[in-house]
Amino acid sequence: MVTQGLLPGAAPLQLIDPDGRPGQNPGELTLPEPDVLVGLHRRMVLGRRFDTQATVLAKQGRLAVYPSSRGQDACQAGAALALRDQDWLFPTYRDAVAILTRGVDAAETLTLLRGDWHCGYDPYEHRVAPQCTPLATNTLHAVGLAHAATLQAKDQVALVLLGDGATSEGDTHEALNFAALWKAPVVFLVQNNGYAISVPLAKQSAAPTLAAKGIGYGIPGVLIDGNDAAAVYAAARAAVERAASGGGPTLIEAITYRLEAHTNADDATRYRADDEVRGWLARDPIARLEAYLRAEHLLDDEAAGRVAAEAEQLAADVRDRMSAEGAPDPAELFEHVYARPTAALERQRAALRAELEELEESAP
Amino acid sequence: MTTVMSPPAGSTAWQAPAPVTMAAALNQALADSLAADDRVVVFGEDVGTLGGVFRITDGLAAKFGEHRVFDTPIAESGIVGTAIGMAMNGLVPVVEMQFDAFAYPAFEQITSHLAKLRNRTRGRVALPVVIRVPFGGGIGGVEHHSDASEAYYTHTAGLRVVTPGTPADAYLLLRQAIRCPDPVVFLEPKRRYWSRETAFLTPDGPPVDRAVIRRPGRDVTLIAYGGMVATALEAAEAAAGEDWDVEVIDLRSLSPLDDQTLTESVSRTGRAVIVHEAAGFAGYGAEVAARLTEQCFHYLEAPILRVTGLDIPYPPPKLEQYHLPNTDRILDAIARLQWEDDGA
Repeated sequence: MVTQGLLPGAAPLQLIDPDGRPGQNPGELTLPEPDVLVGLHRRMVLGRRFDTQATVLAKQGRLAVYPSSRGQDACQAGAALALRDQDWLFPTYRDAVAILTRGVDAAETLTLLRGDWHCGYDPYEHRVAPQCTPLATNTLHAVGLAHAATLQAKDQVALVLLGDGATSEGDTHEALNFAALWKAPVVFLVQNNGYAISVPLAKQSAAPTLAAKGIGYGIPGVLIDGNDAAAVYAAARAAVERAASGGGPTLIEAITYRLEAHTNADDATRYRADDEVRGWLARDPIARLEAYLRAEHLLDDEAAGRVAAEAEQLAADVRDRMSAEGAPDPAELFEHVYARPTAALERQRAALRAELEELEESAP
Repeated sequence: MTTVMSPPAGSTAWQAPAPVTMAAALNQALADSLAADDRVVVFGEDVGTLGGVFRITDGLAAKFGEHRVFDTPIAESGIVGTAIGMAMNGLVPVVEMQFDAFAYPAFEQITSHLAKLRNRTRGRVALPVVIRVPFGGGIGGVEHHSDASEAYYTHTAGLRVVTPGTPADAYLLLRQAIRCPDPVVFLEPKRRYWSRETAFLTPDGPPVDRAVIRRPGRDVTLIAYGGMVATALEAAEAAAGEDWDVEVIDLRSLSPLDDQTLTESVSRTGRAVIVHEAAGFAGYGAEVAARLTEQCFHYLEAPILRVTGLDIPYPPPKLEQYHLPNTDRILDAIARLQWEDDGA
């Protein structure tokens, strides 16, 4: 029975520690090249600014809702950057920053949360699946897409993001099982932020770690420090390469923390203490990587300033475009239900059009 | 069922139509679809080596290889969820749910994802997936093996729901479903798997979303689908003995509903009875009755009646005969269509 290499270590792997020094527990992870580290820093700064801007827009009512990923920046940037161009990302509702990092337009990334449509981007353009709101269902889509790549001899890997709460769902179990049996080129990246909305992990799972679940499926589990962008990138990249070379799936658990509430509609003070949040603020993924880069002379004030300016420009662009007037066209409600609208849908479209025309005529 | 269809277009030699079961017709449709399109893959529980518990996929794994036809773990959400991902990546998955009630673990994948992905992505992601579901009762199955589950699916926008009533139509509809760019829930009336019809199997015929008149008549429109089509035809035959000339419509497509064929018929006959196995309450027949009332009210000589299963959980095998619509109940319904009022 081959179980060697399937169990994760007891402590999270880490390449850079919270103070920006080389990590004490690198395990088999390889420190990414300097240009990758600089890229991770830049994408985290851009992502953080995008995220804080989106939170403000949600509070102003310009977005219907926004589930922030502030604090999970390393997972978001590390996962997206670890993918090759031809690979697929399967994000959840909390992964707007990963989607942005993958190259999707900022306004199109926010279409769902603005309430204009359910998905604003073309999934085939950047190979990013629509954000998945039901938990864990996207794990199976990723496995299916990956297995289809195998069946068609395409060099493609799917990386699916899920949270600690999603590991309680049955679909996660089925996806891990199918992936292992099919040796599907897929990477499961669990962002363990400690809470499923308000329910702590201790009430979700009695497993020693979530990564340890891999062994039950015959999948190697890797436990990493999810606030260490270098570790997230290195683990995800290794898993992508392993999958692409026929090695099969990997389950990565990244320990991280959501600094904001579940969404702008949530009150996190009802289920977690301020001290806990302060503790995690001190483990900020961006500050950590920045300290490392400065110590290694890979980043100076000028370069940091350029990235900060780029982030401000991104935020201004997001503000402008999210503040622009314009509502979606109600006629589009009847498109895209089927390849061609049915007769019944055509009748309903005509009725809605007549209703709107009547309203317009009776308007003062 | 003795409909004889014309020979397939382009056939070079004249052949006599042969007796074929619905199970064999479905098997042939899968084989021909696999041969016609490299993107088609067939998978599910027991569909590979065993050929399916009803043998609908018999011999396909051997003929097309395990990369085209394969067994999966016994996990319905996994089967449909992975089919969605495969369809996103260029394949045309045809998956089997072993029995109606065992499809329920896949319900979220079907309703929240399969049905909606085209809509969510503004038409950019199409999912040409077919979910085959052996459905309905009448085979003496113990609990969870006999549900008429059509209304769960027809209530979900974005899905097509079709069900054949005859072997030849099983072939045609399955070929059409596999070619269809929309996701299709394909309900196979398992009580008719072994029914025979002498017919050519041809992929040419009425479009996937059209109802057909199986028996023309002047007095009453009897509307049925799936396993109830044969029952309706038997009832129509019996009714002829009582001087009722009954037209039988086989809906074929439950979603979308071909109300043009229905309203044309009912406007002509002035009377309609809808038959289905599923419970009547909030059942599919209620939608048909409502539409016909809206569209044919001035032609109606009598209220539209439904002959359905009882509003109970599916009964044990020794009691299912009391639950399922039969010829007598259909004739009783026809007799209640206000004949005394028509002044003839």
